[in-house]
Amino acid sequence: MLMDVKLGQLTSWLAMRDFTPGGIAGAVRRGYDRYYNKYINVRKGGLGGITMVLAGYVIVSYIWSYDHLKHDRHRKYH
Amino acid sequence: MLSRLVLRAAPAALKSLPPPFPAGILYTKRALHASQQCLAPVPPLPEKGGEVRYGLIPEEFFQFLYPKTGVTGPYMLGTGLLLYFLSKEIYIVNHETVAAACILSVLIYGIKKYGSDVAAFADKLNEEKVATALAVKNDAIKDLETAIEQEKKEQWRVEGRSYLFDAKRNNIAMLLEANYRERLLTVYNEVKKRLDYQVAMQLLKRQKEQDHMIQWVEKNVVQSITPQQQKDSIAKCILDLKALSKSAQMTV
Repeated sequence: MLMDVKLGQLTSWLAMRDFTPGGIAGAVRRGYDRYYNKYINVRKGGLGGITMVLAGYVIVSYIWSYDHLKHDRHRKYH
Repeated sequence: MLSRLVLRAAPAALKSLPPPFPAGILYTKRALHASQQCLAPVPPLPEKGGEVRYGLIPEEFFQFLYPKTGVTGPYMLGTGLLLYFLSKEIYIVNHETVAAACILSVLIYGIKKYGSDVAAFADKLNEEKVATALAVKNDAIKDLETAIEQEKKEQWRVEGRSYLFDAKRNNIAMLLEANYRERLLTVYNEVKKRLDYQVAMQLLKRQKEQDHMIQWVEKNVVQSITPQQQKDSIAKCILDLKALSKSAQMTV
């Protein structure tokens, strides 16, 4: 549904969504189901199904620990 | 997304739809839940998952950029992003980078070498599971079919009911006949016994009368022999004996 929204209508579309906890949980469940049914719940599942999840985990943990990693930079000014 | 649209519109559209395709059609792609029974038959799993390039980026991204940038678009984007992160040190090169490089190279080498074998093994396991489930289903179907045939046979047997009842009727008729004849025989025997009794009575009476008469006649005859007659008869006997003895002496 997000892919069908034009850029100009983005804010109105965003206002339309329900942000109740039940709504958010429903959205999470829908996203999970979509991913699961597309990449994992198949006859011959490939490696991409889990490597994408692991890569996402790696990236998210890098982002969360960036403040700590900032001090390892080689140059101060970029 | 399209499927969700259809899901929302389905109850309204259901009333206007003609009767849906029968439940026996095999779905070759993910079917929309447009039929009234959406649980049976369950559509089969898709054969392959979504395409992923280099194990990290879904194919849809490349297709998304293809109309505007051609084939090399995503690669240029990737290179640009990488150089940007490196130059601005958003991605910092430190000892962890070396560790990550070593781990990734080992992993990729292992996957490239043994990937197909592991996939074949997993496929074999899956096949066995599916085969057992299929066997169960086929056995159940076979059992039900034999049950149907037996049921049909029973229905055919019901048609023979008339013969069965005819045979039973014949049996009963024979029993009745036999019983009747038995009783007839008893009656005959009883009557014969009574008649025999009467006959025997008469015979006995006649015999008794005869005996009695004979005895009475003998008694009277013996009584009628007077002493004079006895003497005469004895003298006659003696004369006869003498004559006989003479004749006997003569022959010797």
